[in-house]
Amino acid sequence: MYHFSLHEIALQPELLRRELQDPTCGGYAAFEGWVRDYNDGRTVLRLEYEAFPPLAVREGERILAEARQKFGVARAQCAHRVGPLAVGELAVWVGVSAAHRGEAFDACRYIIDEVKHRVPIWKKEYYQDGDSGWVNCERCAAAPQAHDLHPHARGHGAP
Amino acid sequence: MSAPELYGLVLTGGRSKRMQRDKANLEYAGRSQLARAMELLTPLVARSFVSVRSDQRQDPQRAAYDTIADIRQELGPIGGIHAALHAYPDKGWLVLACDLPFLDRETLQYLIAQRADTRVATAFRSSFDGKPEPLCAIFEPRSRQIIEHSLAQGQQCPRAILSLSDVELLDLPNARALDNINTGAEYAAAQAALGSMIVASPPTTAATGRRLTVRYFAVLREQAGRSTEQLETQAATPRELYDELRRRRGLTLAPEFLRVAVNDEFGDWRSPLSDGDTVVFLPPVAGG
Repeated sequence: MYHFSLHEIALQPELLRRELQDPTCGGYAAFEGWVRDYNDGRTVLRLEYEAFPPLAVREGERILAEARQKFGVARAQCAHRVGPLAVGELAVWVGVSAAHRGEAFDACRYIIDEVKHRVPIWKKEYYQDGDSGWVNCERCAAAPQAHDLHPHARGHGAP
Repeated sequence: MSAPELYGLVLTGGRSKRMQRDKANLEYAGRSQLARAMELLTPLVARSFVSVRSDQRQDPQRAAYDTIADIRQELGPIGGIHAALHAYPDKGWLVLACDLPFLDRETLQYLIAQRADTRVATAFRSSFDGKPEPLCAIFEPRSRQIIEHSLAQGQQCPRAILSLSDVELLDLPNARALDNINTGAEYAAAQAALGSMIVASPPTTAATGRRLTVRYFAVLREQAGRSTEQLETQAATPRELYDELRRRRGLTLAPEFLRVAVNDEFGDWRSPLSDGDTVVFLPPVAGG
C-alpha cells in the first residue's frame, strides 16, 4: 500500500492512519504539515495549493516506492490538500508503518522532504498587506545568473 | 463510510449514423469493440453489464453478457446510464462508451483510484474544451436524481448535465485514451495506429509544423492568462516552444528555473516534440 492522493476537502488523519495498520508492524510514524501564519518575515492570512494531478500522483507514488526500497517499510501513504486553505489547516499528511521505529521515522522524513522538492504542487500565499505570491517563484524572473539563489534548483533539469 | 460498490456499464445502444454500421461489432486486432470494452472493464468492477435498447436484447453479441435495457427510448447515452442507476440505485457506475479503441487499463485504474464518491461523478477533463467527458466516467448513486431532474427539463446531453454538476475532474494520464471513432476514416486510422503500435505519436506534418497542447499552472497560468491552449508551431523542442511562448504570452520566468513535462511525464528540454504532444512547463514547486 503506497498511495499518494490529492484532496480538495479536509484531510482525515484517522482514516488515513487506518490504512497503515499491519500485524507485521511495531512502529508507526506520521508527519503533519500545517498552514503557518508567517513566511519569510511576512504575515500569511491564507494560501492556495495547485497541483498538476497526473504527474503529482505519479511522482508522489515514486517517492513512496523509493522509501519502501531504502528503508524497508511495510506501508506508506501521503495525502496533500489542493485549493484554498486557512491558517492552522492540515496541508499535507505522511504516514509510515514498519517493523521498527527507526525505519518508520527515517522513511517519514524522507517522504516529506522529497515531496516538497519534487511533486508538482504549487503554493500561493496571501499576505496581510494585500500582496500575494507564488512561493519559490518570485525570484525566478529571467536572470540566469541568479541560478544559485534558487532554493529548489535541485532536480530541475537545466534546459 | 466506504464508497458505494462499483458496477460497470458499457454503452452500445447508439445507432451510429456516421459509421453506417453497428459500432459494437467493429473489430480491432480481431476482437469486437464490445468484447474489448468488457474485457477491460470486468476485472475492475464488482459486476459488469451491457446497456442495450430493448430491441437489441436478442442480439447474440450483446446477449453474451448481462444486459440492462433502456427504460425510455431514444434518449441516447443518458438513457442507458439512467436505466443502470435505476436498476441498482445504491451502486456507483463506471460507464464506458464501446467506441474508445485507445482506452487502456491504466486509464480506468486511474479513474477508479481517483474516484471521489462524495461528488456526483468522477470524470476526465476533455482536452478540447476542459469539460467532463461523460462516456468514461464514474456516476455515483446521487447522480440519478440530477439526471432525472435534467431529463424532466428536456436536457439529454450527458456532457451538459455533468458540466453543471459537482464533478471530480481528472486529467487524462494518457492524452489519447478517449479519442473516439465516429467515421470510417477514423476507424481505418485507429486500426493502422493500433496495428503498428504508434498510438502515442502519429506522424508529424513537417510542412505545417506541430499541433501541440500547452497547459499552464500556478504563476505561469496567471501570467499566460489561461490554463491551456492549442497551437501550431515550428518549435521542435520544449526549449524552443518555451522561448516562443515567453515572447507571445509575456512569461517572466527564466527557463533555468523550470522543468518540463511532455504527455504527463517529466521530459527533456531538448528532446524533439511530436504532433499531438501536451507540454507543461513546471514552475519551482512548493508542496508540503
